[in-house]
Amino acid sequence: MSEFAIEARGLVKQFGSTRAVDGVDLAVGPGRVLGLLGPNGAGKTTIVRILATLTRPDSGSATVADHDVVTEADQVRSRIGLTGQFASVDNRLTGFENLLLIGRLLGQSRRDARQGARTLLARFELAGAADRPVQGYSGGMRRRLDLAASLVGKPRILFLDEPTTGLDPRARRQLWNLIGELVTAGTTVLLTTQYLEEADALAEDILVIDHGRVIARGSPDELKARIGTRTLVVRPASPSAVETVSRVMTELTGSQPERQGGRLSVPANDPDLLSALVRRLDELEIALAELLLRSASLDEVFLALTGQRVESEQDQPQVES
Amino acid sequence: MKSLPASGLEQTFSLAWRSIVQLRRNPWELGDYSFQPILFLLLFVYVFGGAIAGSTDDYLTYMLPGIVVMNMMFVTVYVGHGLNTDLTSGYFDRLRAMPVARWAPLAGRITADLVKQAWSIVLLLGLGWLMGFRMEAPVWGLLSMVLLVLVFALAFSWVSVLVGVIARDPEHVHLFGFTALFPVTFVSNVFVPVETMPGWLQGVVMANPVSVLSDASRGLLLGGPWLAQAGITLAWAVGIIAVFAPLSLWALRRRLK
Repeated sequence: MSEFAIEARGLVKQFGSTRAVDGVDLAVGPGRVLGLLGPNGAGKTTIVRILATLTRPDSGSATVADHDVVTEADQVRSRIGLTGQFASVDNRLTGFENLLLIGRLLGQSRRDARQGARTLLARFELAGAADRPVQGYSGGMRRRLDLAASLVGKPRILFLDEPTTGLDPRARRQLWNLIGELVTAGTTVLLTTQYLEEADALAEDILVIDHGRVIARGSPDELKARIGTRTLVVRPASPSAVETVSRVMTELTGSQPERQGGRLSVPANDPDLLSALVRRLDELEIALAELLLRSASLDEVFLALTGQRVESEQDQPQVES
Repeated sequence: MKSLPASGLEQTFSLAWRSIVQLRRNPWELGDYSFQPILFLLLFVYVFGGAIAGSTDDYLTYMLPGIVVMNMMFVTVYVGHGLNTDLTSGYFDRLRAMPVARWAPLAGRITADLVKQAWSIVLLLGLGWLMGFRMEAPVWGLLSMVLLVLVFALAFSWVSVLVGVIARDPEHVHLFGFTALFPVTFVSNVFVPVETMPGWLQGVVMANPVSVLSDASRGLLLGGPWLAQAGITLAWAVGIIAVFAPLSLWALRRRLK
């Protein structure tokens, strides 16, 4: 018995000339949530596909629930649930029929499968739409049904590949709550995401993946602490002052601030920086609409680690000063 | 509650049930099994029948067995269409990540296809009967004819499976189905006797398994010769499976890599 629900050593997968996965090690303890964070094409999906027995690794090995994903694939399959990137439910069946079919495929009796389907639909707030074809479902409903479909066999281990991609914030939050409930009930979860908020909200441990490699690992807080910096954010009241402010910030910090609309942000380590900046801008008679010093977001962690941006859904919340 | 793994056969039936329940929400597909053959039958018999065979009754007698065969060919397109839909939508992956027998998804499609095929055959023969078609052979002739058409459908489904595996999206499966099947079914003796065609074409038409199966069907329904044609049809079926089944599975493995 391994102490981990999911464990992988040295996974490699090559597609043509690209190494989609290039020597990945990971371990997830039972009941924990691991987030794979990385941009599109980083290899996150391939890792999930290997662990969910859909793709064979070229080298390396992995066990899920103490079974090898290659040689004991069927044992693995009966212990996992998978929610893929595209809600893979049948559009031409009703929500109820979708879940019934999966129950039957898993060997449940007709009665159990029906009962299980109704229970899941109610729990996922789909009872009202249960007997309508999935074709007419909204994106959020479809994802909830997809997640419900992954749970028909009551798996202890759940793989969620970008579970909320393409959902509006409300539907996303709703799905997060559902995932949170599953975790509270003891399900082990491995999820991939491009969204920092998502990794931050759901995952206890994070692997940052880029070009098929793990480039950083730790809890969200550890990762934020790792680049150690806080960020200074400044927005002049008048857009015409942006250039001047940018110059001042460069002088004070030694690095070029990043510009998003009228807002400038720059890593800031020196605690005296804030007062120095205020003084300088005061001398120049530049009024500020916004000024804050905040700890790094995962986005910045990622940027610092890879020199690349992770797609971020919403801007950071505005703080007026 | 821990459930026992379902047997591959049960899973096949569950997946076949799925394909058939889906029909309620896909009027186009249902139309292809139902209205299209009815339309063809009515058009050809009442519009061209007199000109081709002298009377609509004679033409109905000639053409009904053939149109059953032609329709069977078109219905097989949906095996590949459905498979491709599952591959492109990720549904196939969902099945593969479950303890489902490797062969059950394909077997489920093909089983459902046979049910749809049987429905189309009964529909066409029933309409033919209403229009005046009368069998001249005993009931075993009818049963053998249906069985022979289904066996060939089973074999030809593998061609459709291959197309379904290779095609980029379901629309391409359709496109292929129609561009390839129209010549294959029309360059046959389904609609007109081969004797009326130019000599060079006769050779092609008589080599076409659609013609051979149509002749066997005529023989079985109307009391004519059928044994040789049925034998050749079965040989074709075996040949098609021998080539296309391994090819399809190879292509599928490649696609799923």
